[in-house]
This record gives sequence, structure tokens and C-alpha cells, in this order.
Amino acid sequence: MTTTTAPRAESADTSRREGDSASGATLNVFSHAFLVLWVVLAAGPLIWVALTALRPSVEILSDPMGWPTSFHWENFTNAWTEASIGQYAINSVIILAGSLTGTMLLGSMAAYVIARFTFPGNRFIFMLFAGGMMFPVILALVPLFAVMENFGLLDTRPGLMIAYIAYSLPFTVFFLTSFFRTLPTGVQEAAMVDGASHTRTFFQIMLPMAKPGLVSIGIFNFLGQWNQYLLPLLLNNEEESRYVLPQGLATLAVSQGYRGDWGALFAGLTIAMLPVLVVYAVFQRQVQAGLTAGALK
Amino acid sequence: MRYDRRYRTLDKYRFIAGFLALPLAFYALFVISPFIQAIYYSFTDWSGGPVANFIGFDNFTKMWNDERFWDSLEVSVILAVVAPLITLVLGMFFAYMITSGGRHRKGQAIAGVAGSSFYKVVYFFPQVLSVAIIAVVWGRVFNTNSGLINGGLDKVGFDGPAWLGGDRSLALIAVMIVLSWSFVGFYVVLFSAAMGAIPRDIYEAALLDGAGRGRTFFSVTLPLIWDTVRTGWIYMGIQALDSFAIVLVMVPEHVLKVTPVFLYERFRDGQYGYATSIGVVLLVLSMAFSLIVMRIGNRDRIEY
Repeated sequence: MTTTTAPRAESADTSRREGDSASGATLNVFSHAFLVLWVVLAAGPLIWVALTALRPSVEILSDPMGWPTSFHWENFTNAWTEASIGQYAINSVIILAGSLTGTMLLGSMAAYVIARFTFPGNRFIFMLFAGGMMFPVILALVPLFAVMENFGLLDTRPGLMIAYIAYSLPFTVFFLTSFFRTLPTGVQEAAMVDGASHTRTFFQIMLPMAKPGLVSIGIFNFLGQWNQYLLPLLLNNEEESRYVLPQGLATLAVSQGYRGDWGALFAGLTIAMLPVLVVYAVFQRQVQAGLTAGALK
Repeated sequence: MRYDRRYRTLDKYRFIAGFLALPLAFYALFVISPFIQAIYYSFTDWSGGPVANFIGFDNFTKMWNDERFWDSLEVSVILAVVAPLITLVLGMFFAYMITSGGRHRKGQAIAGVAGSSFYKVVYFFPQVLSVAIIAVVWGRVFNTNSGLINGGLDKVGFDGPAWLGGDRSLALIAVMIVLSWSFVGFYVVLFSAAMGAIPRDIYEAALLDGAGRGRTFFSVTLPLIWDTVRTGWIYMGIQALDSFAIVLVMVPEHVLKVTPVFLYERFRDGQYGYATSIGVVLLVLSMAFSLIVMRIGNRDRIEY
């Protein structure tokens, strides 16, 4: 900045500068005050849940704002075993292991072919996948239920995995197609000249090169599928021991009203939130980039 | 040579077909076909059995005369109009604070606050949690007797209302708060990225011209990020129209219904045809919403 050497009204300019940097300091305090206020509002309810998870149920009801006086870790064991949170968590992990692998594999295969090969219908297939991002899932609700029923996939684990995969494909293919397009062509050609098959080129050359893109979309899908509520509610609602975590907790929240073990419910919520927040804290840059890209597709 | 070329083309197409077959099959069976069937079933009296009779626009006239549908639609539309307003304004406010509320050195036009990434990380928390879990948490926060809010009101001597149990407008306010709460962080991140991409010298020029913070925001920042705001507006509106899990889980007393919950209940009753026709109306509404925002938000694009 050399503007202060400008000939016009130099003294007035510097005095305004001083006034301005002073107002910058006031503004700084002012903005931090507001920003901290929202930190409290954003994290407050979550911290309240975690703290309340350590209190006995009776106290929670009589004084919701109280601090934990002694640590009631048994809320966590109760939640894990008696309120079936452990079972729900295991269900979620099993479903996710299948659906995330499937999504990444099928998504990158389709995206690779669309991005790197010219063939008739290429553009159409891309638009077909990308178009799926525009429709609300709730529109497909009833027919999807019927389709799953016809295939005998209702209330089964493979059925839920397939549904997760299918509904994750639009954005995954869209995202990875543009990612594969940015990779250099030279390496792929060299591999072909060396006699590698298309399949081999894909798995041994292109996939490792696409790793940053795969990580981004992988975390995006991890969060999306781990947090699913509508699809399990629709397709996996028969047997309570098969519920996934968000579904199980939502059911628990309603039934706790009759049984009154609030400590276990709060512990269950803490168990459900903690791993997601940890994954997010580790990968926050990719998560923020991935989710905001998802909105601006 | 000719043989070789033909072989290679064949090999290529075999590879393409092999790689596309499974993803396309899954996608066509479980995504495309339900969407297409939904359009068809919305014109039938299908109730889950093997027979679905074509009944023309009967479902839609039934909807027109269904008071509960209008009631749910009213709630959905209020949410889709008001929630984006609150969320986007708050998101922009915090994003502007983060990108330009910092103490700046002499001669520097603009500076971000210290700890900006900390703020963005914490604000984004709700975005990574499941909506079902957010709904359970806030259901507890708004609980009449043992909730955080009424507990707080109790401490200062007020008797808190039954947020989710009785009054429809109170429940609507509660849902609106939760919806905005869970999305503000997302827009803070989105808008601060857009604001961060604005070149410094534009701010320096504005400062030299004597523009204050407020003036700078409305004359420089807002016009330059307008495209992002518009996309965000559409996205938030559709999220609000879609707010299924929050209402279903958080307001179990059902004093308040949004259209997706109304749809889901018709499906649970076995009125499959009617439920899909509600889905079609929702689709048309969200498309109309996007078009309207595109229209009224249309300004000349500013290149920089």
C-alpha cells in the first residue's frame, strides 16, 4: 500500500486512517462478541446433551439445567446394552461397510468411463445420472417401497445397502466425472502402450491418481449414509433389532417418554454424535468443501 | 492391422459396457424407475395391491378438497419462505464478520478475524449430524417440563410454554429455529468462501472512496456474491420444503404437519396413489420455487 503518498489531502487521509484502525479494533471486539454468541448457540445444545448424559434420570427431569454432580457412566452402559444403541451402531456399521464400498466402486467405474471414453450415448448417460440430483427422494417413496418389495429386498440388509448406493450415485458420478476429466491423459496412454488392459489401467493407475477426489466424495457419502433417516424408515422398518442408529434413536426418544430412562437416551445421543463429530474434526476441510460443492452442483 | 484395430474397438466397448452395466442397472431400477412410476401412480387409486385403476385427476381434486393437505402446505410454504430469509441473513452476517471484522493494520483495507477457521468448524457441527438426531436433541431442548429452554425460563421466573405439544404457531416457531440453526453454519462456510474470493483491491478502492463497513457490504460484497446467495436461497427453500425428519421426530404430538409428513402418513394408511400424487405436487412446487427465485433474483452477472 503506497496510497498514503498520494498528494491530495494527505493530513486528512492519515487522520481518517487512524480513526479507521481504531474503529477496526472496536469492530473486532464487536464481531468476536457476535461470533462467540453463535458458537454458544451452535454447540450449546450438543454440550448440554453430553453433560446431561452423565446425570441420573430423576435429576434431569427436576432440573434440566443442572450440572452433573457425580458421573453416572452407567447411562452409557445402559444405552449401549439395554436401549440397544450398541446393536443399532453395529447395524449402521455393517450397512455402511457394504454401501460405502459399493458406492465408491460403482460410482468411480461409471464416472471413469463417462469421463475418459467417447462412445455414443456418453452425454446422455451423464445427464441421466446428474439429473437424479434434482428430484426429491420423497417423490420416489411409494414406488421405491413397491420395487424393493417385489425384489424381496424389503427389510433386508442388502436391500438397504443397494438403496443407499443407488441414491448416492447421482452426486458421486457427477463429482467424480469432473474429477477424472482433470487427470492427465499421458499416463493412461502410456499404460495402454505397455499392454495394460483397460481394467488394469483403471485399478492400478487411474484410481490411485484420483485419490484426493475419492477421499472427498468418500467422506461426503460416509456422512450422508451414516446419517440416513428416510430410507431406513421406509425400507427397514419391520424389525427393531435391525434399525440403524438415527432410526433407533428417534424411536427410542418416543418410547422413552413412557419408560423414563432419560439418562440412557442422552447417553445414546452422545454415542451417536461423537464419532461423526470426530471424523468431521479430522477431515473438516474436505467435509466443508464436499458439502458446499454438493449444494452448488 | 485392420484386425487389430477392430479388436481394440471391440475391447473398448466391452470394457465400457462392463463398467457401466452394474451402476446403470442399480440406478435405473431403484432411482429412475420409481420416479417415473410415481408420475403414473399419481393418476391411480393404487392401495398397495396388484390392481391400480387409472382414475385421472381424482387424486388431485381430492387433495384440493382436503383441508389437512392445505394445512400442511401452509406450514411448508411458510417454512420455505421464512426459514431461508432468517438463515441466509444470519449466514451472511457471520460470514461478513469472519471475513472482514478483523482488526486491520494501517492501510490494510480488510482483514479476517482471528480464529476464523475455529468459528467455521464449530458453526458447521449441525451440518454433519443426522437430521433425525438433531430432531431428537431439539425435541428434548424444547420439552415442556424437562427441556433446556423452559428450564432456563424457569430459573429467571417464567413459566415456559408447551412448545411442541399444543399451540401450532409455537411449534412452527420451534421448527423454524431448528431449521435455521442447523443450516446457518453451512451458509457461513459457503458465503465466507465466496467473500474470500473477492479481490482485495476492490475493498481498497471502496475504502479510498470513503465507504464504511455497511456501505461496503451492500455496495461491494453483496453484489459480488449474489450468484452464491441465489443458489443458497434455492437450496435452503427446497430443504425447508423437505423438512420431513425434523417435523416427524421433533413434533410427535402432530400439532404441526408439513406436506412430506402428510404424504408419509397417507402412505402408512395404504393410500399409495394419493400419496404419490402429493409427491408430484411437491416436485412441481419445488421446481416453481426455484424458477421464481431465479426470476426475482436475476441480476447482471458481475465479472471480476
